[in-house]
Amino acid sequence: MLEIEKLSKKYPTGDLALTDVSLSVPAGQLVGLIGPSGAGKSTLIRCVNRLVEPSSGSIRLNGEDLTRFGKRRLREARRRIGMIFQEHALMERLTVMENVLSGRLGYVGFWKSFFRRFPGQSVAEAFKILDRVGLGAFPNKRADALSGGQRQRVGIARALLQNPDLLLVDEPTASLDPKTSRQIMRLICELCAERGLSAIVNIHDVPLAQAYLPRIVGLKAGRIVYDGPAQGLTPEVLTRIYGEEDWAKTERSEDEEGAGEQETLKVEKVLEAS
Amino acid sequence: MKPPVWKRRTSAQSLLAWFSWLLLVAVAVYCWKAMNENTIWEFVKDSPRQIAEIGGRMFPPKWDYFPTLLKPLWDTINIATLGTALGVLLAIPVSYLAARNVTPSLWVLRPIAMFLIVASRSINSVIWALLLVSILGPGLLAGILAIALRSVGFVAKLIYESIEEVDPRQMEAIAATGAGNGQILTYAVVPQILPSFAGISVFRWDINIRESAVLGLVGAGGIGLQLEASMNNLAWSQVSLILLAIFSLVGLSEWVSAKIRHAII
Amino acid sequence: MSEATYPTTWTKPKLIPSPVKRYGLYVLIAVYLALAVRDIEFDWGRMTVGLERGWAFLSGFFHPDIRSRWDEIVIGMKESLTMTVVASVAGILISVPFGLGAAKNISHPLVYYFCRTVIAFSRSFQEVIIAILFVAMFGFGPFAGFLTIVVATIGFLGKLIAEAIEDIDPAQVEAIRATGASWGQTFNYGVQPQIMPRFVGLCMYRLDINFRESAVVGIVGAGGIGATLNTAIERYEFDVAAGILLLIIAIVIVLEYASAFVRKRAQ
Repeated sequence: MLEIEKLSKKYPTGDLALTDVSLSVPAGQLVGLIGPSGAGKSTLIRCVNRLVEPSSGSIRLNGEDLTRFGKRRLREARRRIGMIFQEHALMERLTVMENVLSGRLGYVGFWKSFFRRFPGQSVAEAFKILDRVGLGAFPNKRADALSGGQRQRVGIARALLQNPDLLLVDEPTASLDPKTSRQIMRLICELCAERGLSAIVNIHDVPLAQAYLPRIVGLKAGRIVYDGPAQGLTPEVLTRIYGEEDWAKTERSEDEEGAGEQETLKVEKVLEAS
Repeated sequence: MKPPVWKRRTSAQSLLAWFSWLLLVAVAVYCWKAMNENTIWEFVKDSPRQIAEIGGRMFPPKWDYFPTLLKPLWDTINIATLGTALGVLLAIPVSYLAARNVTPSLWVLRPIAMFLIVASRSINSVIWALLLVSILGPGLLAGILAIALRSVGFVAKLIYESIEEVDPRQMEAIAATGAGNGQILTYAVVPQILPSFAGISVFRWDINIRESAVLGLVGAGGIGLQLEASMNNLAWSQVSLILLAIFSLVGLSEWVSAKIRHAII
Repeated sequence: MSEATYPTTWTKPKLIPSPVKRYGLYVLIAVYLALAVRDIEFDWGRMTVGLERGWAFLSGFFHPDIRSRWDEIVIGMKESLTMTVVASVAGILISVPFGLGAAKNISHPLVYYFCRTVIAFSRSFQEVIIAILFVAMFGFGPFAGFLTIVVATIGFLGKLIAEAIEDIDPAQVEAIRATGASWGQTFNYGVQPQIMPRFVGLCMYRLDINFRESAVVGIVGAGGIGATLNTAIERYEFDVAAGILLLIIAIVIVLEYASAFVRKRAQ
């Protein structure tokens, strides 16, 4: 269903983030993407819906090459690809319902979305999904009033409301506690099974990946160095991916701090503007 | 062998520092001389007497003049409020063009927006009023437009800076759903900047109350007109009352603005 | 489970939940706007003249004229610039003691209230009002403008220096005081290093603001380019006015770059 072929990404700074990555994901399959920080996991996932423009290679979704699409067709393609973000990336100051409904923005015109007039069917669907992820009681709560796990559930609901064929999941459990992490991973897996979705889950927590994801792809310095079943992640393979390390311990890295509280007016800024 | 001596700066550095200070003093002295080429020191020497006389005539303020000031005070508030509203409205598109992360054209429209911002900020509202009175004739309209034109730069600069600080992941998240640029703006950017937007507007309104009090001096309406007339008639007891009125109005607006901004945060 | 069990409409909760209060606020705003706009006199006959002049002014920006009044512009600019420099130096020197006195954490209560009152007064009045009073007291010319800008600088810098001092890390001050240092030494070692970068930055901002103010006080006779500008506008020489404004804008841009440079060095 998703065919990535010889995908490369070179940033303007000259950094080669991805080199000749080829990956094929059949319908309904969950793939875990592991690798050290800076291995290109995030870049790979963002190339699929072209939040990051790939430099070369092709990405075929249901047979169509996304890399050739113009703006309009790209937007249409993005509607079929749900994305779940590290630290949820919700609109903190909007309600849960607005966050979930934003999954339909690709289908609704500007003014309709501006006045929050979404089709009745989408609204009903949104309520249903909220119920499914266990947040049926708070459609009117503001997103910043929720706990970390609840916010990630809203993020999942937003992606599902797109009614996607494919889910791109970027570090869904970063900054969540171990128990909530497992709940979120289980929820994602269940929902994918229910809807027959395929997903690429970018995850740094190896034991968690092994527990929930049947197929694992290991990325190192922009190249695929392992592609196989989760059981195949032997210490030798992990060393190949991450380098020498004591694998009894689990690594935790990548930035964990959220966006800081924004001050409304700072003296220096006001002075500069006056 | 000499024992080592600790010094904060090397001798070259300290020489440079001394030289810079010397230069600053020299420039200041030269500027003082140049500035006062035409100063008539007789007037300056006479000033204590002048101050005493004006001060004496200012007290007591002419309280029964106050009812006459009510309409001008109302006008002053209106100039500030309508001017701020118009300025904020104009600042919205300008800040959209000026914010690096959302501007539709980085090399053409952004520099134009930046120039508009610096031009608006460089020119005092009194100068704007002077121009507009000459163009449109005296009256409230010139005052409102002057306040608006002066506010655009201030407000737009602060808004575009807060747009540049929005969380880019929220924009990504909306873009990933297949949303268009307008939707990214209204869903991911606007909610994030709304509190600072409101704070900036109220803050500018507070400043504008102070500024609109003087626009009447150049004919642009408000309490400045009465100030001008009273000064021309050397009616110092009226001047003191007007100054008192302005002082109270400014204090009041500062209090209101602080209250509102506090409520927003 | 069928779709029908879920509602098909959703409205965002309103910021003000009570409809009475919400619509009351709308009505209040509408009434205010109506009253305020009613007081603006639109003179359509005057507007057509205005349109012409407005166009003359706008087009003046595309062919500004600084040649024909060059001598007056030079005199005005010289006054403005010298006024800016002298008033900034004097203002900074005077505002430092006021700033120290107005900082709650290092000042005596009596001194504190005195300094805060002076600062509050100087901040309440727009510089043009102060300028006309000074012109009445000290006569026409840049000397009155100089005094105006000094007073405005004291209010501005005094307040911000005081705030900077109130924001400092008290632990550093205590550490110096613990060595048995005097008040002066404590200030020099414990306070000054902490506020210095901020102070330099504030002074540079003020230099920029002072130049812009020096361009306006001339309108009420306190010297500087404002007088030249005023004359040009009174004669309807909009291309000269545009030229002068562009000069002012250019100087402001230069000052802003200089200030950004100095602030970076001071960090």
